[in-house]
Amino acid sequence: MSVAAGPGAAGATPDRAPVRPDDDPRAALLEKQLKKVRYRADALIEVLHAVQDIYGFLSPEVLHTVADELELPPSRVLGVATFYHLFSFEPRGEHTCTVCTGTACFVKGADALIEGVSEAFGVAKGETREDGKLSLLEARCIGSCGLAPVALLDAAVVAKTTPEALVAAIRKVGVNGEAVADDAADATAGSDEGGAA
Amino acid sequence: MSNGVDLFDLSQKEREAQAAYRRHVLCCGSTACLSGGAQATQDAIEAEIKERGLEQDVRVVATGCMGLCSRGPLVKVRTRGEDDVLYADVDADAGRRIVDEHVADGQPVADGQLSLQHPFFARQERVVLENMGEIDPNRIEEYIARGGYRALRDAVTTMTPAGVIEVVQRSGLRGRGGGGYPAGTKWGLLAKAQSDHKTVIANGDEGDPGAYMDRTVMEDDPHRVLEGMALAAYATGAKHGYIYVRAEYPVAVRRLEQAIRQAKRHKLLGKGLFGTEFEFNVEIRIGAGAFVCGEETALMASIMGQRGTPVLRPPYPTERGLWGEPSMINNVETLANVPTILRRGAEWFASIGTDTSRGTKVFALAGKLENTGLIEVPMGITLREIVEEIGGGVAGGKAFKAAQTGGPSGGCIPIKHIDTSMDYDSLLALGSIMGSGGLIVMDEDVAMPEVARFFMRFCMDESCGKCLPCRAGTFEMYELLDAICEGRATAANLARLETLCDVVRTDSLCGLGQTAPNPVLSTLHYFRDEYEARVVPDTVAAAVAADAGGASAHERSA
Amino acid sequence: MPGVSLRIDDNEVDASPGESVMQAAVRVGVKVPGLCQMDGVSVVGACRLCMVEVAGTPRPRPACATPVAEAMDVHTDTEQLREHRKVLLEMLFAEGQHVCAVCVANGACELQTLAAQVGVDHANFTPPPSRLTMDLSHPRFGYDPSRCVLCTRCVRACAEVEGAFTWGVAGRGREAHLVADLGRPWGEAESCTSCGKCVSVCPTGAMFEKGTSVGQRRVKRALVSTLTSRRERESAREVLK
Ligand SMILES: Cc1cc2nc3c(=O)[nH]c(=O)nc-3n(C[C@H](O)[C@H](O)[C@H](O)COP(=O)(O)O)c2cc1C
Ligand code: FES
Repeated sequence: MSVAAGPGAAGATPDRAPVRPDDDPRAALLEKQLKKVRYRADALIEVLHAVQDIYGFLSPEVLHTVADELELPPSRVLGVATFYHLFSFEPRGEHTCTVCTGTACFVKGADALIEGVSEAFGVAKGETREDGKLSLLEARCIGSCGLAPVALLDAAVVAKTTPEALVAAIRKVGVNGEAVADDAADATAGSDEGGAA
Repeated sequence: MSNGVDLFDLSQKEREAQAAYRRHVLCCGSTACLSGGAQATQDAIEAEIKERGLEQDVRVVATGCMGLCSRGPLVKVRTRGEDDVLYADVDADAGRRIVDEHVADGQPVADGQLSLQHPFFARQERVVLENMGEIDPNRIEEYIARGGYRALRDAVTTMTPAGVIEVVQRSGLRGRGGGGYPAGTKWGLLAKAQSDHKTVIANGDEGDPGAYMDRTVMEDDPHRVLEGMALAAYATGAKHGYIYVRAEYPVAVRRLEQAIRQAKRHKLLGKGLFGTEFEFNVEIRIGAGAFVCGEETALMASIMGQRGTPVLRPPYPTERGLWGEPSMINNVETLANVPTILRRGAEWFASIGTDTSRGTKVFALAGKLENTGLIEVPMGITLREIVEEIGGGVAGGKAFKAAQTGGPSGGCIPIKHIDTSMDYDSLLALGSIMGSGGLIVMDEDVAMPEVARFFMRFCMDESCGKCLPCRAGTFEMYELLDAICEGRATAANLARLETLCDVVRTDSLCGLGQTAPNPVLSTLHYFRDEYEARVVPDTVAAAVAADAGGASAHERSA
Repeated sequence: MPGVSLRIDDNEVDASPGESVMQAAVRVGVKVPGLCQMDGVSVVGACRLCMVEVAGTPRPRPACATPVAEAMDVHTDTEQLREHRKVLLEMLFAEGQHVCAVCVANGACELQTLAAQVGVDHANFTPPPSRLTMDLSHPRFGYDPSRCVLCTRCVRACAEVEGAFTWGVAGRGREAHLVADLGRPWGEAESCTSCGKCVSVCPTGAMFEKGTSVGQRRVKRALVSTLTSRRERESAREVLK
């Protein structure tokens, strides 16, 4: 997350703006979900899934709202949210590459896939690249073991893949190789120089 | 539509409708084949059929998994009065060719055919997967046309609950979730409990990384799960059911939701079923990425919206479970066996398998084999038959080294035991477990300490953190295994690892910790030389550690 | 109600049904080690230090969570149990930073006492990152997560006795750690009543009153059970009035 960019910073991307539950159309969507589960405390996990779908991640502000609406102690809401691996507390990248590290994929070289993507795009496992383009995640078996090793590129399954093929597939959805070079980031923005890389 | 006659009607109608077609093109639409491009294949086939004006004559169906996932997309052509023909690796072009030559002209395409006499298919015996690759999972009519919901109707209208339990007991069905607890006995416990708020829960968490049996059943034959649950509910006096599905399986969730809606519409779920007092409703609950939630007490906590930490047993769920009421948890595959058992009889079921392991087991066959995919085999089949015949042997001409069953709770079976019978007791005797059905074959290139490290990292990541031995022990064991794999562990470290295995196994609160040492113990037992070969003298270890910047696992063992 | 008689380390014990093996043991002077058990709050059986052997059961059971039964034969101090307790305590030490010499609880620490009892000397530690930052934001109390043993006595006292639910456990596995409300500094936790029960029951020096110097802190483990039993007794009297 670009903490450095202040509220008035010119380069601040709109989707990184702080979540404001009250005057945000997303709040209405959440309200709808809460109604659907009739504000039942035992629906907390469902509600957290909904929050993640709507906002992309779980922010403290929204967790507070959830605690209030479901009448749950905030410590319980945070306890549940942090227990389950699928909930994220930071925004994900524009594209997500999730490498399966289940047993079948492990035996068929999942580690090499992670290494390959990590090196080619300059993004560490479990993290999002600084420019917000790509997140590299792991999953424990996505249930396509017959096609190991597999990865998910956004929602699509990339089956029986190799580091080279996976890297190529990621390039194809529009992610450039290597982390954005410093000089490319400022000044002459707009040209699609990097696209050919 | 509230009684069995309508069910029969529906089935009749569906069968007549299907019989009107001369040919059927069954396209595998399972998750595995879809990721290999099955949608494009099916689209091409449908377009070609339309182009040639064959729609009246030929029916295209997107079915569930046909099993041989490594050769997908799979397409099967069925013609009245002829044997089925199965095609593998069918891309859009191949699909069009199949229509042009086989569907239109009756000339099967020569290349790409897979013989259904191939041992991969011929050696299987299908109970749970009997509809897989045969029906469109989106249509309840197809399930009913193949005898679906008849077991439920007959049980509810002609049998007592105790009678149903007796059949399940006599069939010898044991839990397929890993533990192998006799299903009939568990059902009997819930039936005995006194409460108006009993629940039955289908465990579709499928946590074993490297297995997808339950996923396939839920996605490709969802009504079978519902019927199994309804039978369990009728037998035990439960009115409510939950299916707990891991969040990684969105298609399963969608198909189950749809199946519940369809079943309600046809009065197969809800109140007053089959004109009796019997009522049963099902709700779906979705996990959020936690292996430990497959453990039954953690699963119930998760259903109630809490952290998925296991609690002490006793009391067992059948005494005090969900919302404090008696509850029963069964694995999805366990429940999926039940409709067929009731339809075909306990004796028929008991005739499959071994004395103590009746019936079949579905395995997700994966790893370094020629053929990988989903198989269902009678228990008692040997590992060798699975590996060499069904699996087609180790890929690339390499040597078989070991097969892993039971995932992070299981162990490795080395070549010297390749003739073992695949049943609960034999696998236990070899230091592994049947587990939920993951079966991963490793070749000579796989190093066993690394396999152990892989599973330990999994257990460490998945430990809930509540009890000390599992929380801290899996971490320390992981560190030690890492040191061993990276050549900076001493003999003392190895001894420490064995001590920790003993403590964590004995003292942990739930099954996760109690079984976490299994992959280490089993690889140590059969492949100790690989561990010992990596152990280094103290001086070397100290030097490596100094290089790496100091403190690491081996310091601790002093 | 008819009593139950059982054997604990070759002592004949009479107990009432519903009592735990641990409670019954105390009455004959057998002190089973334990950290997470505390009278007055619910039983979690999580520290596993109180494991005992019960004749006829395949694996040891936690004494705190095992109800007494007629003719039960319990052993609390076998060779194996001693060995395992030692390893378990070593694990606890490895998870935190327990440097007695600078700790407010020095001399009154339950972990320290147990270590002496079981014979563990400790030096190595690699606390997880989530347990490294000290929280001194509360006006009266402080919290040092590196000394926390995750017994959750504070969490249960806060929820079950005070009813504030300020403390909770977040994260999982080795990353499990205590949080106040939504993980904000303790001093900002709106639900905290500053009652100090959590501090009183902490078995180590993880929670302390500010201004306490090395070796001054005292664990008041009985506080909570005194409160709950008094509450029960007095409310019963109210009813009788
Ligand atoms: C850590 C752990 C994970 C488990 N995961 C699963 C699972 O994913 N699916 C499952 O059916 N059972 C799982 N189990 C077993 C369940 O606790 C339970 O025994 C089973 O669902 C009972 O069903 P069955 O008797 O039909 O086998 C797991 C157990 C443990 C200890
Ligand atoms: S192990 Fe990767 S899909 Fe199952």
